[in-house]
Amino acid sequence: MSLAADPRASLRAEAELLGQSLPALLAEAEMLAQTVMLGEHGRKRAGQGDEFWQYRAAHAGDSARAIDWRRSARADTPFVREREWQAAQSVTLWVDPSRSMAFSGEKSRPTKADRARLLALALGVLMLKGGERVGLAGQPPRPGRAQVVTLANGLADGAEDYGVPDATGLVPLGRAVFLSDFLGPLEGIETALAYAADRGVRGVLVQLLDPAEEEFPFSGRTVFESMGGSLRHETQSANALRDRYLARLAERKDRLATLARAVGWHYACHHTGQPAQSALLWAYQALEGGR
Amino acid sequence: MTFGPLAFAAPGLLLALIALPILWLLLRAIPPAPIRRRFPAVALMLGLTDEDRQADKTPWWLLLLRALAIAAAIIGFAGPVLNPDPRDPGTGPLLILLDGGWADARDWPRTQARAQAALEEAARMGRPVAVARLTDAAQPITFSNPADWAGRLAAMQPAPYAPAYAGWEMALPEGGFETLWLADGLDHKGRADLAAALAARGRLTAALSPRPAYGLRPATLAEGKITLTTLRLGVPESAELDVTAHGPDPAGIDRELGRARMVFAPGADQAQAVLEVPPELRNRINRFSLLGQRTAGAVALTDDSLKRRKIAVIDSGADREGLQLLAPGHYLRQALVPVADLLDGTLTDILPAKPDVIILADVAKLTQAEQDGVLDWLDSGGLLLRFAGPRLAASDVARSEEDPLLPVRLREGGRSVGGTMSWGEPKPLAPFAEGSPFHGLVIPSDVTVTEQVLAQPDPDLASRTIAALADGTPLVTRKPVGAGQVVLVHVTANAEWSSLPLSGLFMQMLERLAVSARVGGGLEGAVEGLIWSPERMVDGYGDLVEPGDLAGVEGEALALALQDGPSAKSPPGLYRHEERLVALNTLPPSASFRPAIWPAGTLVEGLGAARSQALGGWLLAAALALLALDILASVVVSGRMPRLGRAALVVLALALPTPEAQAQTPDPAADARGIEATRGVVLAHVLTGNAEIDDTAAAGLRGLGDQLWLRTSVEPEPPMGVDLEEDELAFFPFLYWPITPDQPVPSTRAYAKLNAFLRTGGMILFDTRDADIAGMGGATAEGEMLQLLASGLDVPPLDLIPEDHVLTRSFYLLQDFPGRHRSADLWVEAPPPDAGELEEGMAFRNLNDGVTPVIIGGNDWASAWAIDGTGAPLYPVGRGLAGEDQREMAYRFGINVVMHVLTGNYKSDQVHVPALLERLGQ
Repeated sequence: MSLAADPRASLRAEAELLGQSLPALLAEAEMLAQTVMLGEHGRKRAGQGDEFWQYRAAHAGDSARAIDWRRSARADTPFVREREWQAAQSVTLWVDPSRSMAFSGEKSRPTKADRARLLALALGVLMLKGGERVGLAGQPPRPGRAQVVTLANGLADGAEDYGVPDATGLVPLGRAVFLSDFLGPLEGIETALAYAADRGVRGVLVQLLDPAEEEFPFSGRTVFESMGGSLRHETQSANALRDRYLARLAERKDRLATLARAVGWHYACHHTGQPAQSALLWAYQALEGGR
Repeated sequence: MTFGPLAFAAPGLLLALIALPILWLLLRAIPPAPIRRRFPAVALMLGLTDEDRQADKTPWWLLLLRALAIAAAIIGFAGPVLNPDPRDPGTGPLLILLDGGWADARDWPRTQARAQAALEEAARMGRPVAVARLTDAAQPITFSNPADWAGRLAAMQPAPYAPAYAGWEMALPEGGFETLWLADGLDHKGRADLAAALAARGRLTAALSPRPAYGLRPATLAEGKITLTTLRLGVPESAELDVTAHGPDPAGIDRELGRARMVFAPGADQAQAVLEVPPELRNRINRFSLLGQRTAGAVALTDDSLKRRKIAVIDSGADREGLQLLAPGHYLRQALVPVADLLDGTLTDILPAKPDVIILADVAKLTQAEQDGVLDWLDSGGLLLRFAGPRLAASDVARSEEDPLLPVRLREGGRSVGGTMSWGEPKPLAPFAEGSPFHGLVIPSDVTVTEQVLAQPDPDLASRTIAALADGTPLVTRKPVGAGQVVLVHVTANAEWSSLPLSGLFMQMLERLAVSARVGGGLEGAVEGLIWSPERMVDGYGDLVEPGDLAGVEGEALALALQDGPSAKSPPGLYRHEERLVALNTLPPSASFRPAIWPAGTLVEGLGAARSQALGGWLLAAALALLALDILASVVVSGRMPRLGRAALVVLALALPTPEAQAQTPDPAADARGIEATRGVVLAHVLTGNAEIDDTAAAGLRGLGDQLWLRTSVEPEPPMGVDLEEDELAFFPFLYWPITPDQPVPSTRAYAKLNAFLRTGGMILFDTRDADIAGMGGATAEGEMLQLLASGLDVPPLDLIPEDHVLTRSFYLLQDFPGRHRSADLWVEAPPPDAGELEEGMAFRNLNDGVTPVIIGGNDWASAWAIDGTGAPLYPVGRGLAGEDQREMAYRFGINVVMHVLTGNYKSDQVHVPALLERLGQ
């Protein structure tokens, strides 16, 4: 997307565009989120929270305010009522805004960006319902249903060819979700992951690929150009290139998986040709299990 | 500039071919334009180099394609001409001679085209031209403008006879001229002289058709076989050729009636074939033609000479004690057998065969029916030839008044001259008077008459006498009856009364009476002074045409033409004089083919030899096609061809040579099944597709088979299910067909099988299994299905089973036919309408009909018959003991049905009546 002469007009047009597409996207994300079984996700341990966890005998150090007198009256020793730890998590979503995400190998398939936003929003809805604080990269995570609209509004297209994860706004010890095709230079990703790992942030990498990128169904003399046109590669016979391309792609995936494992993250590759639900379920469980 | 048979109009352009290698290099350096694709994963491809660096050059085959296209274009524009005409065009007047005979018809369009080409060339050169067709009568030749001749040339058609060269030599114009003679390649009379005369006047070019000439001589008939002779010229090797005989069929439509194969030995110039066809067909043949040869010479018309008369000889017959060799009929048969087809039998039997001649030898009286039949036959043109004899002399036929079947009244007793008991000498014959059909025949001196029947003097006796004795008594009399005639020979057909039957005159007289074969065939005798009118004509291509207003031909000219071949004055065709028909064929019987010899110095060439052909157009078209191919190839090379399209191409390529794998191979499984089904009597049921119904039907037939085995001498094999579409039905005598509402309707092929099954004595028992719910006229789904299924079957009218139907007594005596249900309604083939009513006191009618092909009911018999593996019934029938009785009755019905199928109406034979009555207790 090129910058228009009048930024306000461009903004307005964009807003109108979003205003048209957002309800649909939101509704779709809500519907997708509904399909994932939602339960109160307590932390299964004593801590700060509203829900009762267990009674235990008071021992030294417990404040008198902590003693549950009703329970203690039924016995000789004082009991303390513990609550389940319900610390809300901060989840930061980063959706690659770059132009490479606008690719779709076929008209009937959604672009990678569409799928990434859908997944991000659905994850956001889920997390928000679970009481977490959710925010987009660069924004502070906030709880509450209203945050969904903020999330939706914040999803925008960028101008660069390949995106670099934005790790700046990560809340320490929080969670992060990076949705991208990760086809750009790996250095940015490595940096971002190292930064996140330094802050104790864990999360998931969801690599979104179009089936065309997996199959490479091209042949003949071809000039490949990146979506922005910054990169180009010419070949005389694309089909001869296929095997080596696929090897590179496999290597990239392997690299990402290794990176993720090294910092305790989860990595998965999702194709836009597949239903979004499986990816959502996987990401949700990965976030939950990443505890 | 010429290269072998090629010449170029603009050879300079060929220099451009030098540029081809340069073009090659240029094209090679410029690879096909790439396709641009947006592809994010290009980041992964950076640094991947192409393994095959050659690929960025144009592929060699594409280069070759383009080079070929351009070379074709260059050569095409250079104007190549194949077979350029190298001769010098010549000057001065040009005479174009066409033979124009029948032999030219084989290549007439090319002959005309060659003449046109010569005309055009002469027009270009400004030469005066004359065109003459040598089949026409000779007329003075004058040269004129070529344009004058073009129209006349186009209108010329080949004549159906050979060219006549006599007189043309005189008609040649003064001075020198060049001649183009488009000859037919055969040597005709006078050709060498004319050729020599032409060669003396200037250059002579002879253009001959390269196609071989074939001709057919007139067919000859000997001993009932037709002999055909084919001539040929121009082919030395062995060849085969078919000759077909054509004629009208009984409906009058022209058809091929016979065919013979001519086999030419290598080097032989003629071949013979013998065609043997029945006389009926032979009499209808009106022409023979060589298959594939459209010339008048390849057609031989036939006239009466091929026809053999059908003659019925009837003698008195009662005189069986007499010596057969002396019987009048014997003389007649001996005389006629070689030349005619004799019919034997009684008069009433023979008349429908429409003989040409009926000979009554000493038959006096015919019955009224015979006489009427003979009169009708005479009205339509028959010839009744009667011979006198003792019976006729002794009878009172035609004494007082004229008999319709005798030409004159007869005097009682006849007369005898020159015998032992009489005075006078045996009488010789008087010369035949003019106007008599026998006029001109020579009378041998030893022919005498000793006895004869005498005609009553009547006013018209003289006009009816066509032969008389020396003393003037009539010997042969004749009168017309309708379109036919009655001829009486006043003596016997044997040698008792005269020596006439012993002489050759007898045969000739019979011939003259149009009795024997060769009347009208050929022209022996009596042609002088006659005018023969054309009936059908042959055109140059051998097609029959109407004669139009052609003048008649004199007999002498016709006789000459028959001998030497036809000419413009007597063109070939059929000629008629009164009853006689003569075929004048293009080739006379003595015809033979000799190749024409040309004088030295003659330029002999083929018709198409001088044709030069411009190749430029073809080459340019090839260049265009190659360029179109190049577009396709470029698309493929640059990867722009859609994958789908390529897949479709592959599929197309695979689909095109679809092998016909459906060979008629014997199916071992079907064979095994056939053997199984023919091991013994096998009861079969139709597979409905409903597994439960099919199982029940199989179990039911098994139960019925067990009962048959126990109680009767029918010992059926285990039942089989029959798939109507796949299985052969002919093995089974009986089909049980349970109806389900949803079973598939058989295909047309299956219906054909079913109908064949029914027609050859099979029986189908339709069971709608709905008798419990289908009341009077209540249509159930099964009932409707049955109607649908049976609509394709060849089923006779049906009726409710009468109580005396053979099904009620074919084994057991039955009154009703229960299965699991007890409905009395059972439909079988209706008795014939003339069967009559059941008589009082009779147990049943005498119905001699066959087996009913279908039985239709709804009692669910299979369920009642069905047994399981241990022999116990599968389904309950009725209640208690009464139910078991019903099951027993169901078995009895089944046994009766099988018996009815296997024994037919045996039990309706009256032989069984007493025993049956006894069993019925009457």
